[in-house]
Amino acid sequence: MSNHQINPNKWIDSYSDYLFNYTISRVSDREIAQDLVQDTFLAGLKSMKNFKGEASERTWLISILKRKIIDHYRKINSNKGKAEVRINYKDSESEGDWLEERVADPFDKTAEDTLQNAELGDAIHNCLGKLPQKQANVFKMKTILGHETEAICNELNITASNLWVIIHRARTAMADCLKENWF
Amino acid sequence: MSNIKFVIPCNEANHVCDKTQYKDATLWEKIKLNIHLIYCRACREYTKNNTKLTKVLKRSDTDCLDPECKEAMKKDFEKALNEYKQ
Repeated sequence: MSNHQINPNKWIDSYSDYLFNYTISRVSDREIAQDLVQDTFLAGLKSMKNFKGEASERTWLISILKRKIIDHYRKINSNKGKAEVRINYKDSESEGDWLEERVADPFDKTAEDTLQNAELGDAIHNCLGKLPQKQANVFKMKTILGHETEAICNELNITASNLWVIIHRARTAMADCLKENWF
Repeated sequence: MSNIKFVIPCNEANHVCDKTQYKDATLWEKIKLNIHLIYCRACREYTKNNTKLTKVLKRSDTDCLDPECKEAMKKDFEKALNEYKQ
């Protein structure tokens, strides 16, 4: 009675960017994020028989990834040792109710902003997933990774005008796809 | 003066607009685009949406894997997949 199928052959193409984006916003180190995503896919492969089809593949992989990220933080925390800072008032002179302690958090992002950003990231990756593979690749390299036109052309063996046609189609499709909720 | 073109067709205007999103357009191209936008409603609409898309993408801080890294990941994963099947 499973509603969702599992097919690891398409995992990397379909989900790697999404998982990576999810990870990078939580560990903010590209190499570590890549390793965690890689680990997640391998762990998913090993526990494939536990996939019951109740959730989509992507949700299932994210749940594995979440655990990997937590493990990662546990590990670096135990490595770091005891470099903990505790603020204690030693003398009576500095004791008391200090105005400085009540200053607002310097971060201007609220939880709501972060949540909205995560949702927007989801929407973008969903729309990217709807583009044809080649368009999505060129669009990601140019727009998200910010590669130079020439570098992309060399790597994918296309001409510059070819690239701009692909970019134009991708941008039109992306704008259409994001229009409903985010424009 | 006759060999300097102020008027460009819509497809060229859109192309310049795309380039502008990546800061790849020259000043002269941008002038021509803006002249075109004065009288062309469809391209104004396209430019508006295109600029919005750029802003949305920037705001979201979206990131993705390098294609090379993805390839490497794929290779490793396929190896594991083959072992798993056996």
